[in-house]
Amino acid sequence: MGRRSTIDVRSVTDTLGIERETQSRGSQGLARFLGWFSLGLGVTTLAARPQVGRLCGVDDSRTAQTVLQAAGVRELGHAAALLFPRRAGWGAWTRVAGDVMDLAASTTAMRNRRGERRRRLMYTTWALAGITAVDLYAAVQVTRGGRFRASNRVQASVTINRSAEDAYRFWHDFENLPRFMSHLESVRMVGDRRSHWTAKAPAGRRVEWDAEIVADRPNEMITWRSVDGATVPNSGSVRFVPAAGGRGTEVRVDLEYAPPGRMFGAALAKIFGEHPQQQICDDLRRFKQVMETGEIARSDGSPDGTNTQQQIKQRPAQPLAMPRA
Amino acid sequence: MKATCWIAPNNVAVEEVPEPKILNPRDAIVKITSSAICGSDLHLLDGFIPTMKKGDVLGHEFMGEIVELGHAARDGLKIGDRVVVAFPIACGNCASCQRGLYSVCENSNPNAAIAELAMGHAPAGIYGYSHMLGGYAGGQAQYARVPYADVGALKIEDDLPDEKVLFLSDVLPTGYMAAEMCDIKRGDIVAVWGAGPVGQFAALSAYLLGAERVIVIDRFQYRLRMVREKCGAEIINYEETDVMDALRDMTAGRGPDACIDAVGTEGHHASPALYAYDRAKQAVKVELDRPHALREAVLSCRNGGTISVIGAYGGFIDKFPMGSFMNRSLTMRSGQAHVQRYWRPLLERIRRGEIDPSYIITHTMRLEDTPHGYDIFKNKQDECLKVVLKP
Repeated sequence: MGRRSTIDVRSVTDTLGIERETQSRGSQGLARFLGWFSLGLGVTTLAARPQVGRLCGVDDSRTAQTVLQAAGVRELGHAAALLFPRRAGWGAWTRVAGDVMDLAASTTAMRNRRGERRRRLMYTTWALAGITAVDLYAAVQVTRGGRFRASNRVQASVTINRSAEDAYRFWHDFENLPRFMSHLESVRMVGDRRSHWTAKAPAGRRVEWDAEIVADRPNEMITWRSVDGATVPNSGSVRFVPAAGGRGTEVRVDLEYAPPGRMFGAALAKIFGEHPQQQICDDLRRFKQVMETGEIARSDGSPDGTNTQQQIKQRPAQPLAMPRA
Repeated sequence: MKATCWIAPNNVAVEEVPEPKILNPRDAIVKITSSAICGSDLHLLDGFIPTMKKGDVLGHEFMGEIVELGHAARDGLKIGDRVVVAFPIACGNCASCQRGLYSVCENSNPNAAIAELAMGHAPAGIYGYSHMLGGYAGGQAQYARVPYADVGALKIEDDLPDEKVLFLSDVLPTGYMAAEMCDIKRGDIVAVWGAGPVGQFAALSAYLLGAERVIVIDRFQYRLRMVREKCGAEIINYEETDVMDALRDMTAGRGPDACIDAVGTEGHHASPALYAYDRAKQAVKVELDRPHALREAVLSCRNGGTISVIGAYGGFIDKFPMGSFMNRSLTMRSGQAHVQRYWRPLLERIRRGEIDPSYIITHTMRLEDTPHGYDIFKNKQDECLKVVLKP
């Protein structure tokens, strides 16, 4: 979730006719640019401290040299905070904090400068104010999405050596889904297009919701969404596309949901290792196994079958003492 | 029941473990009558295959009698049947299985995600061969669970003794596939690195498939003697002779038409300096395999020839002679044996008396003595070539 939560998110209607969130990468690009800008500024300041001091008009004091050096090192810190993470998030705010320090330093310095030096400091201060405005804008943009929206989208796909008809038919009977979706306890049809879902939630909790089929194109696609009032509002689609050259069927799942407890719940789910991306990948692997072999592959080390989370703490590959269902 | 468990590198022990149970409808439980130690088990013993856990039951070459069957495995199999079990666990239904590529079955590895981290895509599960390859309990035990038994268990209907059919489980199809990948044409000369069981069967199969001459390279005189006597191969002891020179000389400058690497990750080199280079890197895990045989095979092969890699490798190698490989139009083929593709025709050959693989057995011992078996097999003591365990 972290990967997407810091992006500017807005709502659009997707090609499947479902309302979805989309992302704007503009603010990310600006944040990246500011990262490179910091790097340039930091290196320049450290490499040519006297010249920078002259340009700003503070070359007449020893303290200014020390302040400039510290500012140069700090710029490198901003650069690291903005350039190393996959997505610039809170790193952008470090630049705003730095700007405030710079502005404070330059206004302090202005008090006892006169003439040409004062004029240069004035230019510097105005430039700093401009940069501060840009930094503030970038920081607000890159962190806004995460604070206000915590919804998520996961996509996964698998190729199954069965026809699109077979895969569609099996999936369309929603009561089959718990056979391979390990977090689902049950799905019960309560109407022609309506179903009742029960799922295991982190920390032994349970969530239930009603869903309805939004679009249904036989052997091609099923789209569903939760009805109003669901604890975990979600929507999803599964598409069945014949793979080229008789290689079976490509099954592509696209899920979107707002985790319970918003950011907190999402973070909690991640801590417990129940990451939705991993879950849906495992689910599709099991879907393939059930469709192709009629069973879920279980080994002595993985008696419960494919489960990426369980792999970290896998038991030794010794026969099981107790029979399992 | 008793089973051989991996404890730590260079430490195996026979321990009391639970008896296996049916977990899935297509499972069978086999009471093991014969089990073997495979050369690739030594890579586990030495700790070069990642994701082993303390207590893992070893063994992937075994046969026995079906004592329990899941309800979906009853088609073609019944309790009391004598079966050989294929080491790659394969479902028979996925696209790979249907193309005959059983050792890259897409469904049998429940830990595919670990294997994907290391290899990009996951191969099939293998009995007793690390958690990356499925976390299945192995067959150096009194009983074993056989998943997809309808695909992975070959019924032996006549009275051929265990010794003649046991190796259909692994080393015989493996050696055969190594030779088949060479695409042998009339007059071909095939060189085989390694005179262990797989190298011996690769040499034998190369002749069966029409090779004119087969040259086997090893450093143990007793193994070379055996491959000369039983398979009719010419031999090179690489500790006494320079392999490249000898092969050049034996082929009048052309080089062998095909080169089989039946050595894998723990190759040795006659030059102590070159051996130390890879051994040191392997020790600090900079390089995971020691590809001496593979490098030599590439450099020796004739222009436009084929390299067939059947020796087991676990990870990454350094200093692969890519320039030679590319500039000289070589082809490389490799894979864990697709046992289920080869075992019926090979069983036919055994029945007809064309092959008698039992000659490689040098030691038969009780399951309790497995640690000793590993010891003499690894250290090539007592002229050991193949150890068969009787539970």
